[in-house]
Amino acid sequence: MSILTVRDLATHFHTRDGIIRAVDGVSFDLAAGETLGIVGESGCGKSVTALTIMRLIPPETARIARGSVEFEGRELTRLSEEQMREIRGKSISMIFQEPMTSLNPVLTVGTQIAENVWRHTGVSKQQARERAQAMLDLVGIADSRRRLDEYPHQLSGGMRQRVMIAIALSCDPRVLIADEPTTALDVTIQAQILDLMLELKEKLGTAIIMITHDLGVVAETTQRVVVMYAGRKVEEAPVEELFARPLHPYTHGLMRAIPRLDADAETAGRRPRLKEIPGMVPRLDRPIAGCPFAPRCDFATERCRVEAPPLEDHGKGHLAACWETARVQAVAA
Amino acid sequence: MSDAPSLEVRNLVKHFPIHSGLLQRRTGAVKAVDGVSFAIRRGETLGLVGESGCGKSTVGKTVLKLIEPTSGQILLDGEDVTHLSPGRMWHHRRRIQTVFQDPYSSMNPRLKVGTIVGEPLENFGIASGRDKDERVAKLLERVGMRPDAMNRFTHEFSGGQRQRLGIAKALAVNPDVIVADEPVSALDVSVQAQVLNLLIDLQDEYKLAYLFISHDLAVMRHISHRIAVMYLGRIVELTDKRTLFSMPMHPYTEALLSAAPVPDPSKKKARRIIVQGDVPSPAKPPPGCHFHTRCPYALPKCKVEVPPLIEVAQGHHVACLRRPVGASPEPLTPTA
Amino acid sequence: MVAVPSDAALDATNDTPSLAQRIWTPIRRNPTIFAGAVLLTILVSLAVFAPWLSVDPLKQNTINRLRPPSEKFWFGTDQFGRDNFARTLHGARVSLVVGITVAAISAVLGLALGILCGYFRRLDAVVMRVMDGIMAIPSILLAIALITLTRPGLFIVVVAIVIPEVPRVVRVVRAVVLSIRAQPYIESAIAGGTRGLKLMVRHILPNTLAPLIVQATYICAAAMLIEAGLSFLGAGVPLEIPSWGNIIAQGRSFFLRAPWCIFIPGAFLALTVLAVNLLGDGLRDRLDPRLARRM
Repeated sequence: MSILTVRDLATHFHTRDGIIRAVDGVSFDLAAGETLGIVGESGCGKSVTALTIMRLIPPETARIARGSVEFEGRELTRLSEEQMREIRGKSISMIFQEPMTSLNPVLTVGTQIAENVWRHTGVSKQQARERAQAMLDLVGIADSRRRLDEYPHQLSGGMRQRVMIAIALSCDPRVLIADEPTTALDVTIQAQILDLMLELKEKLGTAIIMITHDLGVVAETTQRVVVMYAGRKVEEAPVEELFARPLHPYTHGLMRAIPRLDADAETAGRRPRLKEIPGMVPRLDRPIAGCPFAPRCDFATERCRVEAPPLEDHGKGHLAACWETARVQAVAA
Repeated sequence: MSDAPSLEVRNLVKHFPIHSGLLQRRTGAVKAVDGVSFAIRRGETLGLVGESGCGKSTVGKTVLKLIEPTSGQILLDGEDVTHLSPGRMWHHRRRIQTVFQDPYSSMNPRLKVGTIVGEPLENFGIASGRDKDERVAKLLERVGMRPDAMNRFTHEFSGGQRQRLGIAKALAVNPDVIVADEPVSALDVSVQAQVLNLLIDLQDEYKLAYLFISHDLAVMRHISHRIAVMYLGRIVELTDKRTLFSMPMHPYTEALLSAAPVPDPSKKKARRIIVQGDVPSPAKPPPGCHFHTRCPYALPKCKVEVPPLIEVAQGHHVACLRRPVGASPEPLTPTA
Repeated sequence: MVAVPSDAALDATNDTPSLAQRIWTPIRRNPTIFAGAVLLTILVSLAVFAPWLSVDPLKQNTINRLRPPSEKFWFGTDQFGRDNFARTLHGARVSLVVGITVAAISAVLGLALGILCGYFRRLDAVVMRVMDGIMAIPSILLAIALITLTRPGLFIVVVAIVIPEVPRVVRVVRAVVLSIRAQPYIESAIAGGTRGLKLMVRHILPNTLAPLIVQATYICAAAMLIEAGLSFLGAGVPLEIPSWGNIIAQGRSFFLRAPWCIFIPGAFLALTVLAVNLLGDGLRDRLDPRLARRM
C-alpha cells in the first residue's frame, strides 16, 4: 500500500543562463514502513526530488514544471504554503547532511525538539518538553535531562545528527526523508547513526527515503532502490536484485567503478584497474535527446542517441530505461 | 640512487598551542601528531587512514614542511630536511609534491591552467616560455586532458578534470614523493575511478612513492601497498594491505573495518562491531591508550600505560597491550 | 594596474560583444558607478581647466564687493570683490588634489604595511599596536597639532590627513592577506616551489586590490571633508590658496548679506563627496564577490 506516490515529477530552475532541468520526469511509490533508496551522483536530481516533495525548493527560481506528489490522498504540489507547513515536520520529516546548519545555534536542543512537538500537536509546553526528553532517550543520547538544556555547538557531529533525528521523529511522521544523513560523519559514527535509523524504523514503522551517493549505505539500509541520472530515473529494483543483476549500463558501471572493501582486489601483487565511466555528466541546461547516459555508455547504439528509452518492467519489480538491457545482462553474467 | 626510503618519518610530533584568556596565554596544546614513524620506498603507496581529527592531514602538511614539526625527523631520500629554513627547504621541494583534496580551492581562480601547471617548472628554472608551454601540453596529455586546456581558467573544468590538473602540476617537476591528501573524496564515484586509475598508472610509470591520506577504507584497499591506521595522533596499526584487511590486530582497526558499509546486500546480515561513543577531543585525549574509552577489549592497565607500536609479526606493527610480540591474530575476548 | 577579472569579462569569453554593448552593459548593471563617475568627471574637468574657464581668484575689486550671482559674476563676489566662480573652481583643485593624494599615499603605505603585517607575525604584533594607537587619536586634533608645529601648507595638510587614514588601509589589507594565506592554493603554490616576491605578486596581491580600491575612494571622500574642516578652522591651506574650507570660513561673517559665499562652495563640497562615495559604493558592489552575489 503506497503512502507516497510521485508521478512524472519535473522541477526546473529558471536561471539567467536558461532553464536547468534538475528533475525531469521521476516517478516512484513509497510503501508504508518501507526503506527506499534514491542513489545517484551529484547533480542527478536526487536532493531536488526530496526538496520538491517537501516543497522546499526556492520559490524565486524553481518551478514544479509538471507531475504530482500524492501523500495519503492529498496532492502536495497544489497545497498552500500554510497547509504544507502542517505536513512538514509532522507527517513528512526531513534530515539533512550537515546537522549543524539545520539546527538553530541560539536555541537549546530541548527547545528545538519541544517546539516541533508543540507546534504540530498543541500539547502543553511541559508535555512537549517531556516528549523532547523521551525522544533524546529514544535516539540513544545518554543523560537526556542535562542534554535538553545544551546548545548545538556543545554536541559532537554524531550527537547533532541524533538530535536532528529526534526532531524529525518527534511527531511520529509517516515518512522520513534522509538526504545524505551520514556523509559528513566519520565511519564509526556513520555506523551508529545508520543502525539507529533502522532500529527506529522497525520500532515506529516510519517509511524512509534514503538519499545517498554511497552504494554501501544503500546496500546496508534499503529494501528498494531508485537510480537517478541527469534528472531521470534510469533504474528501479529491490536492493538484492539491483546488486545481483543491474540492468542499466550506468548502474552496472557504478558498481564496477567503486573500489571494493570486501573482495581482495589484488591479483599477483598488481593492483587492478577500476572500471572507469568515461566522460562526465551531461549539462542540464539544454534538452537531452535520447538517453542521457548514451555519450558515456559502452553499449550505446545510434538509436540511444536519438530516442529516449522508456522504463520497462523486467519482472520482480525491476524497471530499467535502456534499449540494450539484454547486452548489459550478458556482460554482467 | 641510494637505498634509503624516498620518505621517512621518525617520531614526528606536531603540537598546536591553544591560547585562551585575555592575554592569550598558552593554556595547552592539541597533540595533532604524537610520535608517528613510517617509511615509504620508491614505487610504494603508504595509506594513512583514520577519522577526522586523527592527525593524518597534519602529518601530510608537516612532511611537506608547510607547517613546522614540533619534534621528530623527516628524511627525503635519507637526507634530513626537518630543520631546514624555508629558503633551504626550497631546494628539496622538487622531490616532494602534493595533490590536494579540494580541486576547487587549491588552484588560484585568477590564473590560467597553463600558468598554474607550469608554475613549478618556472620556479625551479626547468623551463620557461615556449619550452614551458610544450612541457605543460605534454603533462596535460599525460593526465588525459587536451593541451588547449592551458589557455582556460580552472573554473571552466569539472571536479575530476581539476584533480587531473592538480596531478599534472605535481608531476611537472618529476618528484620522488607525492603526498595525496584525500585526492578523490570530493569526487563522484564514476570520476573517482578515473583519478585512482591515473594515480596508479603514474606510480607504475615513474616509480613514485605515495603518501596517500584518506578516510575511505575501500579506496585505501585499492591503491595502497601498506596501510597505517591513525587514531588521535598516533599510529595504532601498520602493516601490508592484505594482512590489515584479513587479520586486523588492533581493536580500532577491527571496528573501522566492520563499520564501513559494504556495497553488497547479501552481506548486510553479518553483525558488525559498533564502537560506542565519539572520538575524544585531540586537545584532551584520554591517558594511556587513546582508544580505551571506546574499546570493548580494554584492560585496567590500558587506562594508564601507553602501548608502544611494536612489530608483533613480520612487518605487522600494532600498538595494543593485548597484542604482545608473537601474538596470534585470533579475535580478542571482550572484557566484561 | 592589474586587471581584476570580473563577471562581465568571464561572461564575454565566448563571443565578443559590440562596442556599444561593451559601453552600455556595465552602465546598466552599475548605475551608481556610472553616476559617480560622470559627476566626478565634470568636477575634475572644471578643476583642471579652472584657469581658462575663470579669472584670477585672488584679484580684488573693491567696487564689486559682495555682489549676488549675476551674468558677470556667476557665483557672485566676496567681501573683497573677488570672483566666487573663480574661487570655487580653484577651490575644487585643492579638494581634489588633497583627496586623491591622500587616498593614493594611504593606499600605497597601507598596502605595504598590511602585506608585511600579514606576512611577518612578529612585525604584525608591533605595527598593529602602533596602528591601534594612531586610530585612538581624533584625526582632526592630530592634524591641528601637526600643523601648528609647522608652517601651514598643502603638503603638511596632506601628511596630517594621511597619518590617521593609514591604519584603516592596513587593517583591510592585512585581513585579506591573512585570509588568502590560509587558502589551499597558497599552500599548493608553496609546495610547487613558489616563494618570496612571486608568491606575493601573483597569488596574494591581486586579491587585495579590490578592497583597496574601495577603501581608497572612502578615504578620498573623508580627506576632502577633513581638509575643508581644517581650512575652515584656519589650520588648513593658507589663505592665498582658495579652498572650499577657507572660502566658507571667510564668508561666515557675511552670511546674511551674501549667503552665496557659503552655499555655493558648500554645495560643491557635498556634490564631490557624494560623487566619490557613489563611485566607492558601486565599486564595492562590483568588486566584492560576497556582496555582489547577494544581488
